[in-house]
Amino acid sequence: MHATTQTMPHDPAHSAHHEAPGFWRSYIFSIDHKIIGIQYAITALAFLLFGFSLMAMMRWQIAHPGQSVPVVGPLLATLFGDVAAKGVMSADLYNTFGAMHGTIMVFLAVVPLLTGAFGNYLVPIQVGACDMAFPRLNMLSYQFYFVGGIIMFSSFFIPGGAAQSGWTSYPPLSLIVPTDGQTYWLLGMVFLITSSLLGSANIITTIIQLRAPGMTWLRLPFFTWAQFVASFLLLLAFPPLEAAGVMQLMDKVTGSSLFLPTGLAVGGKVAEVAGGGSPVLWQHLFWFLAHPEVYVLILPALGIVAEVIANNTRKPIWGYKSLVFASLALGFVSFIVWAHHMYLTGMGTTIATFFQTTTMIISIPSVIILTCLLISLWGGSIRFNTPMLFALAFLPMFGIGGLTGLPLGFSASDLHLHDTYYVIGHFHYVVAPGTIFGLFAGIYFWYPKLTGRFMNEFWGRVHFWGSLIFMNVVFMPMFAQGLAGMLRRMSDGGINYSKAQVGLEGALSPTIMELNHVILWGAVGLGLSQIPFILNLFWSIKHGEKIPNDNPWDATTLEWQTETPPYVYNFRREPIVYRGPYEYSVPGCDKDFLPQNQPDQPTSKP
Amino acid sequence: MDKILNLPILASEGGADSDRLIIFLHWLMFALFIGWLTYFLFALFRFKQTAKSKANYHGVRSHFSSYVELLVAGIEAVLLIFVAYPVWARHTSGFPKESEATVIQVVGQQFAWNARYPGKDATFGKQDMTRVAENNLFGVDPNDANGKDDVQVLNELHVPVNKPVICYISSKDVIHSFRLMAMRVTQDAIPGMRIPIWFKPIKEGNFQIYCAQLCGNGHAAMAGGRLVVESQSAYDKWLSSKSGGATSFE
Amino acid sequence: MDIPYTVKPRPDTGLYNAKIGMWLFLASEVMLFGGLFSAYIFLRVGAPAGTWPHGWLNVTLGTINTVILALSAITTLLAWVALKLNQFPRYKVFHALTILLALTFLGIKSYEYRDKFLHFEVQLKDGRIADGHMVENKRDADHIVLHGHYVENRAELMDGHTKGKEHTELKIPRADIKRMQNYGPAHNNFLGIYFCLTILHALHILGGVLVIAYIWGPGSKMWFTDPERYTNRVEVSGLFWHFVDLVWIFLFPVLYLT
Ligand code: HEA
Ligand code: HEA
Ligand code: CUA
Ligand SMILES: [Cu+2]
Repeated sequence: MHATTQTMPHDPAHSAHHEAPGFWRSYIFSIDHKIIGIQYAITALAFLLFGFSLMAMMRWQIAHPGQSVPVVGPLLATLFGDVAAKGVMSADLYNTFGAMHGTIMVFLAVVPLLTGAFGNYLVPIQVGACDMAFPRLNMLSYQFYFVGGIIMFSSFFIPGGAAQSGWTSYPPLSLIVPTDGQTYWLLGMVFLITSSLLGSANIITTIIQLRAPGMTWLRLPFFTWAQFVASFLLLLAFPPLEAAGVMQLMDKVTGSSLFLPTGLAVGGKVAEVAGGGSPVLWQHLFWFLAHPEVYVLILPALGIVAEVIANNTRKPIWGYKSLVFASLALGFVSFIVWAHHMYLTGMGTTIATFFQTTTMIISIPSVIILTCLLISLWGGSIRFNTPMLFALAFLPMFGIGGLTGLPLGFSASDLHLHDTYYVIGHFHYVVAPGTIFGLFAGIYFWYPKLTGRFMNEFWGRVHFWGSLIFMNVVFMPMFAQGLAGMLRRMSDGGINYSKAQVGLEGALSPTIMELNHVILWGAVGLGLSQIPFILNLFWSIKHGEKIPNDNPWDATTLEWQTETPPYVYNFRREPIVYRGPYEYSVPGCDKDFLPQNQPDQPTSKP
Repeated sequence: MDKILNLPILASEGGADSDRLIIFLHWLMFALFIGWLTYFLFALFRFKQTAKSKANYHGVRSHFSSYVELLVAGIEAVLLIFVAYPVWARHTSGFPKESEATVIQVVGQQFAWNARYPGKDATFGKQDMTRVAENNLFGVDPNDANGKDDVQVLNELHVPVNKPVICYISSKDVIHSFRLMAMRVTQDAIPGMRIPIWFKPIKEGNFQIYCAQLCGNGHAAMAGGRLVVESQSAYDKWLSSKSGGATSFE
Repeated sequence: MDIPYTVKPRPDTGLYNAKIGMWLFLASEVMLFGGLFSAYIFLRVGAPAGTWPHGWLNVTLGTINTVILALSAITTLLAWVALKLNQFPRYKVFHALTILLALTFLGIKSYEYRDKFLHFEVQLKDGRIADGHMVENKRDADHIVLHGHYVENRAELMDGHTKGKEHTELKIPRADIKRMQNYGPAHNNFLGIYFCLTILHALHILGGVLVIAYIWGPGSKMWFTDPERYTNRVEVSGLFWHFVDLVWIFLFPVLYLT
């Protein structure tokens, strides 16, 4: 860490403003993008762990339906009462946990980590700015996120429990479940959406306006590009879901029937509603968001992986321009593929043709991005440290997830695979060993920038191998189950459809059912593998190996060219950018990296 | 690959198309994955950092990867045009004539399947959404004579083998999904909509009807549905045992 | 360190930060209302035959409100021009007008809402329907009084343009009533989406007028310390205001005229 005594070249008015701002102003109501990034990171990691715990309990129920959940059973019984009588997870509770697992993972854990934490912390520094364009809005964005999180979390403890109609919240089910959880869910979503809108407008403005001199568009690190595209997706795709959320709230609160058709009879009683609404309308509005949303889940992770790979192969990313244009293409096309989630809602031939075509088109830019990253390895001088291991493992794991998207993209094959565990397998390969590995790579990689210390390499490797192996133990069997026809969202793990129960032709075989146990142990192993990570994360703040200088990975991008942790306004002197982001191993240079802000002719002055 | 994929029993004529597509796609995915993985592992091994190794600033110069990408795009295009579009077109618009098919109306509810057969006269009684009531799921018009011999059953559907079946799928409460896995047909049962599907059973047997869409807390237990495919004579016998207006609405 | 381009435009983009931020925000607003308009079309096209009403809204009031918003768009523009020309008092006048016009708009809108909430459709046990405005609805009384008319069939109510029957005071015993419902969002989907769209729009008006009023009132001190920044604020809030007006220009024909 620098012990700089050099006087600040900036106006003194601001240093006065920065005199001892006190605990609250510095950490809780800070407007410094770095602090806000860290706030996001901590909150979102906690939600990540929480989302996983929900799922761990569900996996127990799937493998041992009707048996009391070990360890936490009594706790469940006290917390939730009847729905968890004797610590057994009832169907209500299972559905609640399932819906909230999806919601929490997507909206409260992974997206906030990717854009809120990484985006917030890194984008301004990478473009050479002193902060986000709108620091106050940035703080507000975190506060909205936090309130949304609190609303979601507290809904577990209201009578009847949290939302229980899937993260997709399809009406009429979501409107008729007898709990206010759905109302909380909708309110929470409105907050989260507002938070995302503020955050993404901020990131985009920062990238457009605050680039340092010389930082042209094609000199932006790919991570920043990925954030740019992802922010546009959030900005433009979320509002229709906000509209839909408001409409569903109307239905819930005022009794309108925008999503309720005529002739509804619930539980033997004709529903007292006006009718005439359309359940499919919700699905269109939901997936109009949720498809672009999945690219929000992957693009920033791809960005992280690209940074780590460039740095650890010690050579430029291959096809930087193709990467940029492919991400832009991905962004555009992602707005017109949403109905591939709805092939079986009675879609006609023409519309299905359209959406199958766009779905296949969107796989091309993904293939291009992945190919560029793969080819970047060729000719490198690869350092295998923990961040790099995660970044490398990301590639084949995302590959599996992406490739299994293809059979889902054709309506004729989706016919068999829709709503089976094949879908669950597909998207978890992209979001769990995909995105989450990207996140891990990013955490190990930028940790020294935040703390001045490395995370422990040995325990990092333990974390890596444990996660890699158990992720596959968890998700690989799901493809087999899905192909055999096991359906998702089964609160009894599918026994009602098993050979043992019904004895019909084509019922689920004992082998397929047995896989549920394998997955359970995989999930337990996966959870245990995170312990070294969590300990490492906290332990290394004080005890990790100190970094030798401010740029311990010999990196080129701007965030490594400032002190550690970065000065409040990031750079003491506004950086001037002379070259692209990945000038590693430039022929004729004595060092194997050329920072973006290093002048070609080293000047004599410091 | 068929063995590895372990697809479930197939009992309809059209389902083979879906299966072929799934199998072919998995061959393709497998080939791509193995190809890339081999390259990937080789690259990791070959370019591991050593004391002397120095990265090559330029990396790959050939355009081989572009050819692979083009090839993938090409295969996808061929599959779309020659397999996926036609199969789906047949599935959604290649309906047989109603007069030559077994016609059934299916209405999902929490948590069972109701079905309605037109009876001996092969015509359904008039229906209207606004008539739907607790004892009149299908919104049947009680004054229509055609409806007198209609047959209503719960959970157990019978159809004759080797004759196309048309089902009109709907729901009275929430969205369910009518899934006949052995026939490779699935259709969301959406309240307020009545969507036709068709298939041609070619194997006799007792097949499971799945509910594939989360429909409430009994979703996992909505497994009581059966599709019984039997000979024409057995089917006729079954139907006549049911008719007589026992379940029609007066 | 100050964040650059908060006041002066960045040379290569030609914009200052807040302006970009506002344009981005408006892009997302377009998607928000776009989603709702699509929903409107979807519901209307998919409505069962004969259930989508026509002419239920008061076109005169709607037209007045349209004119009001159009005028407020002009005053907003003039207010900004006045600042650009360094005429602060003129600015004050114009934006005072904007605020007044906006409040009038909200007033008329609430009157329209009130009208709908007082309008009841009462289904009688004999199958007839009484439709009209509630005059008297005391909880302990055994009857209600409605200013309206009887129809035989719901379909007769669907076209509000043809006012067939005279409206009179109807005294209806509570015992005869099967079901009674006002013209709130739950009444039918036209009203549902009408309330959804216009409430959201009215909230935008409210938000906009609060911001404009703040800038106009307590915030106007900035004019004397940092006039350029102040003018930018007025410009950006004006952008928002024009957008909200524009939304109404779409809402009016879609809801009132068709
Ligand atoms: C990050 C998230 C993410 C990503 C990137 C994707 C990517 C893709 N998805 Fe996925 N998808 C989801 C998340 C994601 N999806 C989720 C969450 C759902 C379910 C939601 C729900 O129902 O709850 C879903 C569901 C879903 C469906 C609906 C299924 C159904 O419900 O029946 C479909 C159908 O078309 C689909 C298709 C695709 C396609 C074609 C891609 C393509 O973009 C993929 C393109 C990528 C490739 C083709 C990979 C290229 C591979 C290589 C280059 C190999 C590299 C290999 C080595 C190194 C060895 N997805
Ligand atoms: C980003 C999205 C995301 C992520 C990351 C995950 C991660 C995981 N998911 Fe999830 N899942 C969904 C999104 C996601 N899921 C969605 C949308 C659904 C559909 C819901 C629905 O049907 O409506 C779903 C459904 C779903 C199901 C199907 C349930 C059903 O249909 O009945 C299953 C079943 O096994 C499952 C399992 C898992 C597992 C084992 C993980 C694991 O990979 C988790 C790995 C994570 C960890 C092991 C935690 C690590 C923790 C830390 C590192 C914390 C550190 C903390 C501190 C320092 C404080 N998920
Ligand atoms: Cu019915 Cu699930
Ligand atoms: Cu999708």
